[in-house]
Parts: sequence; C-alpha cells; structure tokens
Amino acid sequence: MLWEVEIRPKSGLTDYEGQRVLAESRELGSSTIDEIKTAKSFLIETSVSEADVRRVVNSLLVDPVVEDSELRSLPSSPAAANGHRLLNVLFKPGVTDNVAKSAQNAMSDLGLSTDAVSTCRKYWVNSSADEADIKRISTKLLANDAIEHVVEGPLQLESITLGSPYEFNLTHVAIRKMDDAALETLSKEGQLYLSLTEMQTIREYFQSIERDPTDVELETVAQTWSEHCSHKTLAGRIHYTDEARDIQFDNMLKETVFNATVKIREMLGEDDWCVSVFKDNAGIITFSEKEDVCIKVETHNHPSALEPYGGANTGLGGVIRDPLGTGLGARPVCNTDVFCFARPDYPDAELPPGVLHPRTVLKGVVSGVRDYGNRMGIPTVNGAVYFDDRYLGNPLVYCGNIAMIPVGKSEGHVQPGHLIVAVGGRTGRDGIHGATFSSAELTEESESLSGGAVQIGNAITEKMVADVILQARDEELYSAITDCGAGGFSSAVGEMGEETGAEVWLEKAPLKYAGLSYTEIWISEAQERMVLAVPEENWKRFEEICSAEGVEATVIGQFTDTERLVLKYEETQVADLTMEFLHDGRPPVIREAVYTPPETVPLNLPTKTRFDDDLKAILGSLNVASKEWIIRQYDHEVQAGSVVKPLVGVKSDGPSDAAVVRPDLSINRGLVVSCGMNPCLGDYDPYWMAASAIDEAVRNCVAVGADPDKIAILDNFCWGNTERPETLGSLVRAALACQDMAIAYGTPFVSGKDSLNNEFSYLDDNGEKVTVAIPSSLLITALGQIDDIENAVTMDLKEAGNLLYVVGATKDELGGSHYSLVNELCGGNVPQVDADTAKLIFKSIHAAIRSGFIRSCHDLSEGGLAVSAAEMAFAGGLGAHLDLTKLAELSEIVSADVLLFSESNSRFLVEIPADQQVQFEAAMQVVPHALLGSVTDETDLKVVAGAETLIDSDIEELREIWKSPLRF
Amino acid sequence: MSSPKFCILRAPGTNCDVETARAFELAGGTAERLHLFRLLEDPRLLNDYQGICIPGGFSYGDDIGSGVIFSRQLQFRLSDALAGFLQADKLALGICNGFQVLLKSGLLPNGIDNFPPAESSEPDATLTWNLNGQYTALWVNLKVRSSNSVFLRGLDEIEMPIAHAEGRIAVRDESILSNWKEREQIAVTYHPMNSTADVGDEILEEPVNPNGSIANIAGLTDPTGRILGLMPHPERFLFATQHPQWTRKKLSGDGAGLELFKNAVQYFS
Repeated sequence: MLWEVEIRPKSGLTDYEGQRVLAESRELGSSTIDEIKTAKSFLIETSVSEADVRRVVNSLLVDPVVEDSELRSLPSSPAAANGHRLLNVLFKPGVTDNVAKSAQNAMSDLGLSTDAVSTCRKYWVNSSADEADIKRISTKLLANDAIEHVVEGPLQLESITLGSPYEFNLTHVAIRKMDDAALETLSKEGQLYLSLTEMQTIREYFQSIERDPTDVELETVAQTWSEHCSHKTLAGRIHYTDEARDIQFDNMLKETVFNATVKIREMLGEDDWCVSVFKDNAGIITFSEKEDVCIKVETHNHPSALEPYGGANTGLGGVIRDPLGTGLGARPVCNTDVFCFARPDYPDAELPPGVLHPRTVLKGVVSGVRDYGNRMGIPTVNGAVYFDDRYLGNPLVYCGNIAMIPVGKSEGHVQPGHLIVAVGGRTGRDGIHGATFSSAELTEESESLSGGAVQIGNAITEKMVADVILQARDEELYSAITDCGAGGFSSAVGEMGEETGAEVWLEKAPLKYAGLSYTEIWISEAQERMVLAVPEENWKRFEEICSAEGVEATVIGQFTDTERLVLKYEETQVADLTMEFLHDGRPPVIREAVYTPPETVPLNLPTKTRFDDDLKAILGSLNVASKEWIIRQYDHEVQAGSVVKPLVGVKSDGPSDAAVVRPDLSINRGLVVSCGMNPCLGDYDPYWMAASAIDEAVRNCVAVGADPDKIAILDNFCWGNTERPETLGSLVRAALACQDMAIAYGTPFVSGKDSLNNEFSYLDDNGEKVTVAIPSSLLITALGQIDDIENAVTMDLKEAGNLLYVVGATKDELGGSHYSLVNELCGGNVPQVDADTAKLIFKSIHAAIRSGFIRSCHDLSEGGLAVSAAEMAFAGGLGAHLDLTKLAELSEIVSADVLLFSESNSRFLVEIPADQQVQFEAAMQVVPHALLGSVTDETDLKVVAGAETLIDSDIEELREIWKSPLRF
Repeated sequence: MSSPKFCILRAPGTNCDVETARAFELAGGTAERLHLFRLLEDPRLLNDYQGICIPGGFSYGDDIGSGVIFSRQLQFRLSDALAGFLQADKLALGICNGFQVLLKSGLLPNGIDNFPPAESSEPDATLTWNLNGQYTALWVNLKVRSSNSVFLRGLDEIEMPIAHAEGRIAVRDESILSNWKEREQIAVTYHPMNSTADVGDEILEEPVNPNGSIANIAGLTDPTGRILGLMPHPERFLFATQHPQWTRKKLSGDGAGLELFKNAVQYFS
C-alpha cells in the first residue's frame, strides 16, 4: 500500500514558503499567479496497517505546534487539488533523497517497516493561472529538470519501489575491427570523450593481445585517460610561442608550476617546509610540532551548470574528501569557496536555450555549499564571487578545503595482500560518466545527455565517514586511503594499485538499489565513498570502529602483486588490464599554443573634478559589492577556531582581506586563508593577470598578519577549449607568470588543478552555432601562517586621530580596472608586479604588524585607494581625511583619477597611532610609502589634493551602496 | 571532590562536540565525548556523569526537522535513564541542535515532570524555521531573564554567535508564554547592545533577534534551573580572540562564553 502524508503550515499560521515562491514567481513575470500554497509530503510504501502508519507519522513526521497533516492512500482522489492547480515536485527515480532515507530509518527505529519512502513538494496555485505561467514556474522555479519532475494534479502513483534484479551479461566491444570513423563514433556515443589517437592506441593494444575489450575495460581506460583524471593537456607536449618566446615543453605543468616549487625547495634547503606536494590528493606543508597542514582546491563547474545545488554540494563534499584521502587522512578545519556567475539581473528574454538563469545558479550554488559545509561542521572562512556575462552557460564553482594531519602520517603504502575496503555511501547510478563528461563542452543538450552525471550529496554520511576514519588512522589500522571522486572505484582503485596490482569483486559493493551492471558499479561516482587498503589482520577492528558509528565498510577486493587490474563479477572475470597500459599507455597530447598580445590602446580618461560618483559606482559594482548575503549563510565559526572572520568591524560588515583560523586550540599559532583572482586583467595580458592574482592572494594574507616567508599557494586554471592554440597560449602565458612569481616571492605551489573546455554552445534564432568561452580564470589560493594569532590585524579603522599611510608604489595602471569598468573605458596599462619591491613591502608590513604599530591594514585591489579607504572607514564607523599631495609627489603622478583608482599591485593602506609615526616610518624606510592623512570622528570620507576636494561622501551612504546590490 | 564529569553526547551529524568538550575542560571539568549508540546499548553509562550536554550540529541531518530523530531516541529509548539522571541533582545543557533535541524530546521546557510526554499530548513549543527562511550565522547580544538557571548565575548580558536555520521559538498558545514567565523559564532573550529599554514581548528585528523568536527568546530553562537549552553557542566564545571586535576593543584572555561552563562545573564544588 502506498500512503501519502501531507504536511502543511498549521491553519492560521503564515505559509512562508508559499510567500517566497509567490514573490519569486512574480519576479519571473508570472502575472496570472496570485496565490501559492505549499506543503511537503512523504510517500510511504508499506504493508502495515493504517493505524500503525498514523501513529508513527504523528509521532515522527509532524510538528503539531506549527504543522497540520493529512494521511491518505494513493492513488489519490481528485478532491485533493482543492479547487486549485496542484503541482507535485518529485525526484526522478534513483536521485538521492536524503530526507526520505532518514525518515525510513527513523520509522524503522520506531517499529514501522517500509518498502520504500520518498519525499515530494506540493504547490497549489490559483486555478485561474494560465498555462504559460504554470509551465514557467514549473521549469524555472519549482523543479530542476536534471533531477526532478513535476506531476500535476492529485498523485496517481501506485508504487515507488525502485530497481529490478540485474541479469549478468558480459559485453565485449569489437574494437579491433573498427575503422577510424567507427572509433570516433564509439568515443562520442559511448561518452568516452577520447581523441581519435587515443582510440587508435586502444585498438592497437587489443589487437596486440588478440582479443576485444569488455565494455568495462574500455570505460576504465576512458576514465583513467580523461582530462579530468590525467590532466593530459597541461601535462602534455606543448609548443608555445609569443612575441618574445618560443618554448617546447615536454610537460608544461612540470616545467612551469612544479618547477617553481622544486626551485624554492632547493633554495630553502634544510628549512624546506613543504612535506608532500603535487603527488597526493592534496598538498601538505609543515605547521606545528604535532601537525602538518593539507590544502586542496577543486572545481565542479559542469555539474553546477546543470544542477547548481547538487553540483556545488558535491563539489564541496568532493574536495573535503581530498585531504581526508591524503597521506593517511587529515582532519578538515576550514573551507574556501569562489564562484563566477553572469550578472544576476541578466535579461530573462535573452537567455539562450538550455541555460539556467544566473540568479537561479547563484542561489543554488550558495545553498549547495552552505548545506554541505555547515552540516559537516567545517567553517567556510574565505571566498569571493566574480561576475562576467561570459560565465552565463558555464559558471565556475571552486571549492577548497584545509585540513590538519599528524606529523609523520603524510604517506600511505599499499602492500600486496591488503584488502580493498570501501567505506561510506552506497553505490548507485548517480554520476555515471562524470569524469569523462567534465572533459566535454557543454551544449544545450547536456542536460538530457548527462543528467546521470548530476548528484546530490549527503554531508552527514561524509561526516560519519570522517569520524571513523580519523579514529582508525590513529589506531594505525590501514596502510593507504584515497577518495572516490571522478571515476569512482575505477579511479580510486586504479590509482592505489598502480604499483602493485588489484583484484576487485564487483558484486560485493553495497548498492543503493538492485539492477546495477558490473560496469555501472565500477564507474559510478556516487558520493561519500572512500577506499582504503586494510591489512587482513586489522579488518576485524576496522569493521568494528565503522559499525560502532553506523558506517558501512565492505571488503571489495584485494591488492595483488601482479601489476594488473583484474575485475570479477561473481567469479567471472570481466576485466584484465595491465597497470602499465592503463597508466602509461596513453599517447601524449601534443598541442600548439600561441599568444599574440592585443594591440595596446591608450586609455582616454574623461575630465572630472569630483569622483564621488565613480567611487559609488565601483562600490556598488557586483565584484566589489558586499557578499554578506552569502557569508551569513555559512557557518564560519564552528570548531571554535575563528580569529579573523570574513566580515569585520564595528558592525561586523567590513570585508576582511583574509581569514585567520586557529586549528589547534591548545596553541596560539594560526592559519591564514586568502585568494586572488582577476579575470578582467586576462583580456589585457594573462601574464600580468596571473602575476596580479598571486600578488593579491599573498598581500591579502600579509595584510592580516601572515608571515610572508611561509605562504603556500595553489593554482586553479579554468579555461576555454585549449584545442584552440590561442586559448592554450593564454593559459601557458599565465603558467609562465606563475613560475616566475612563485620563485620571486618564495611562495611554492603545493597543489593545483585545471578545468578546461569551459565553454557553452547553443543555436541562435537563425540556427547559427554560438559558442561562449569563459574569460581566462586563474584562481590563486594562499595558505599563510601567523606565529601568534593575537598579533592579527583587521581592516576596520580603529580610532580618530590615527595616521593613514599608503605603502607601495602607485603607477598609471588603470587597464582592466574597475574605474574603467564603471566608465565603460577600454585600454590603458594593465597592472604589473615589481617582485623585488613587493617582497620588501611584504616583509616591512609584516615586521610592523609584529611590532604592533599597525592598528588596521587593508590591501588595495579592485577600485584602488579610494575603495579601500571607503571600506576601512565604514567598517570602522569612522571618517577619514586624506590628502593626495604626498602620494602625487612619491609616485610622480598628477592625475587624481589615477591616484584614486589605479589598481597597481603590492599596496596597502595602513592605520598607525600618531605617537608611533617615527618608528613606523623607520620600519618603512626601504619601501615606497606616503602619509595620506588621518582617521576622523566625522561621518565622511574626504579626499583632497591640496585645495581641491575630490571626494567627500557620507560613510553610511557608501556602506549602503556597497551592501545593497547583492542583498537578496 | 574531583572535577565533575560531563557527557558530551554525540549522534550521527553532531559537529560541535570537540569544542564543547574543550569548553567544559577549560572551565575545570572533565568531559567525555560519548556516541549515542553506546548509550542506547547501555543506558547505565549515564550514571558515570554529573552533567550531560547535547552539542550543536545536524543530528541525523536534521532531515525530518531539526533534532527530531535524536529527540525520539531520548523520548522512546532513553527516557528512564534520563529521568533517573535528572532526578538526581544533575545538569543538562543543550546548545543549538542540542536545544532543539531537548525541546522536541519534551525534556524542555518542563523538565522531568512531563517526561516522556504522553503520546496524545501536544507539545507546548517548538523550534522552527527562522523568519528570514534561511540558515543565518551572526553574533547576538543576550539578556539573562531567569535567576533560576544554574548555568547563568552571575550573568546579566552576554554576547555569542548563533548559527542555525531553525531557531525560532513558537508556542502552542499565548498562555504558555505567561506560564514560562511565572516560573522564570525564559532563560535568555535576544537584546539590543547597550540598551536599558524594556522592549517587553515585542519581537525585535534582525539582526538583534536573528530568527523572529517569540518574545525574543533565545533559551529556555526548566523550572529547577538545572536544564538549559539555548540556540546561541557559548562554546564559540571561550577566547577573547573569537569575539568579532577583539581587534577593536583590544580584548585578550578568556571569552565570556566560558562563564556558562564554569557555572556548571562550580555547581558541583
């Protein structure tokens, strides 16, 4: 029998969800909808009596203080629509339904056994609503077609049980006889997304061993060789040319980014503080006597484009598993998240087919990250959001995690004979082909083609897994661990057993429902799974720790000494590949990369005498505007390590440069987390874009007190289709800057990741294919350290009478600036970096912070000096009076617009008590600095140049302009 | 007497247990993190402790409603053990999700008198969705309203952060509120900083009252003062450097949140 329990707001109480949905439907322009009532429901399939169902429902599912409920058997009578149009939103079969699963378990605890449970959201819309409006809210507001479907009218379902028994049927693919055209078809239609050369290599291999591959062998090769898992383009052979260089790389990443780290470690010699870099799931550096620190930043762009909530949710869930699966497992302590979207007010009518509205994407992504991080109990402490319409069909979602690992636990060693153990979530059809799909270009059909690639996470499962793994680690029960990410078991076991060999018994893997084929089990990307190598003698204790906290652990195979990957399904061998072919058999990718500098165009600045409006326009521009609406939805204080929060100041709303976190409450040493990114500059020169991003990340760290001698950085390259030489050229140029800057700053890259093919194609009204590539998007994440958290500095002005200095050189660098953006100007000089001076500045600022001279410090970035001064003033609730005369003398620049808004790198605005002026100036002797003025107890920010007033604006007005654009 | 021992009871999805245990230890007590499954296997384990604390998190994902599944375990499987525990002169504290668990189990607001509640009885109150409809993390100022609570002795106003989605107290009917007042069960309310004005029951706006809770209630105590539940997190203000304005106010040393835990420890001295 199938029951439905409908739960709605108690009569007389406000239906807040209904109000919210109605407001959003009006925003979508649904003018005929004037009433929406909502309810949630549980569908329960069980053979027990109605009385038993009712008893459990009442004591478990309904909160009688605020809710009314109704129990009915399905199929339902038409009366349930109640004179309205009733829309039911149900998950598509097989999509993870966490609430239903918890409800089913809880009912079972209370003695009610059920065959299946699922959840449903219900909306009653006024019957006069027209068809177009109903369709609009169904597809754009109430449900996401990638995971949900809308059923109109009272539910007529009779059963919700899922899955049917699987009949084993071993499939071979006759690749040996395929011609090139057939290979290409197989690659595309089989969603392998391999190149013709790669397909030919596979054909030759199987010709040489005189048999055809099974389907699962082909899938394993495709997953291992995918861009997502092997990073074959950037680690490939690239011939790069630009206006000055002609370089032949054998392995581009190794010769640029990794190379910088190698050189820095050599320079550090015995003081080398890198522990494990570029070889495990995350980079590890030293922290304290007891613990090292791990960091990883990943992207989850394509899944987030299709299903923003699930994509971002599993993006964060996935990156948390990286440190957990690094070395012998690390304890997560904080997250960082950076997003790129098109503007949230993008005209609805101009939206290409197959694209979700950027506002929907933004809200979904934020919710997805929120619900994973908060539930895991990991504070989200740092982030940024960038807006550019080129992210319309291809938003970017970067998720990072930082974790602590005991000294000496940074390496695992698989031994033949150790059991292959899967821990955590069960395997389902979710995420099939995620690894290969993420390497493909998105099109308007991606949604239907790759719906299976979208997943929903369950943070509680992952929290439970983390809890037991850290216990088992401390009891030294396993020898190696990795996470199941893209490619699922295939990737995890394939990588762990690379040096030894492995045999996997696929039928042993616990499944969410019956009916999965051996191939689906092997490549499923179901979430919250880890794979461990457990010596046989430890298995009993390991299993005991897991089951004590309700975590499922299963032996699914054994590592061998055969150097082969063997897969079996109930005694039948379904795959047998050499590890050598799998990991070293891929033909190298060979690419051309060309960079041609764009023609330099002079910037024609308008003549102005007052700049209040420019300051306000920049403060209200989307990249600069407050992200408080997002930040307040993230728990940034759980684990009690918060020292400098993302928002600071008298009203806790000023934008902090970086977060300071204390990962071990027994010591005063802290971590500093920040980031730098500026896609605007990439259109001018990717070299200086990358250099600026590194400078920004590092100076953000230094601004709150991090020691510039111990800052690790990470690269995340998100680019368009690098098969185009000019697209790859811009990436290589950025990588060259990464190499140069990292060495100059002594900031090693410890981990990184790339995501290519970030493009979206659709057919326009004339049937022409339009392709939109994202701007070159290099995120640099910086992980700094501070000896004593009590020395940390925040950016809010502290006290009237204190002096304000700008430290660093201001140059005529308005190219790609926000001043240009709000005035719709092109051209000019892109900000460059003078690394030698920058290093001195960072050292001097750090010394001054340690000496306690600096009361507040803020870096100068988007919007330059004027924006930083404004932010510091309203964050502190104090005025400031600045005179640019000395800055003009120092920088030999007279134009007020340049002095106010130039985005020259390596600069800080600092606040010093007047009685420490002499000591401070002595500390800044070797670096450019200029006294600008002082903090006042007035209510305005006043900037003058001698007798001329340039800006005089009320700080409360500036605050509101800055806070309102993204307050949803 | 040796330092009192507190049980930090964690369930699947609990995530503030480590720092909550640390809070009791910094306050001079002994704390042990105990998994709910151990207590379900052997409820007598409770006898080892002077106090029990259910910390924050998302027990069982809060999937059916915040704290619901955990609360049903207390109600249906641990009621005898808990009633026995609290009949002795012992303490119980619920923070955030722990408050939701205590309230939904029936241990709050009325203590062991009505515990476990009869199946047919309607609860007095619940914790439900914030008025803004979303999870919200920010610092609030609290005013202590009850002279009963063991945990709040000597405190008048105290700042600490909230981080929750379902923190709005709603009551079955208005009479509940007057009962609470009579018996001094309203432990703490959200209150404007530096304000002596008596706002009565008028519901203050965000960010002062971050969730729209009735009468601005942030925490409830049972009539004995030995059971406290509150939405804000005192364990997130153990050190001055956790305060959002510590760099402005030049704060150092302990955070004010530690006082709650010290009061709990001192109750047994």
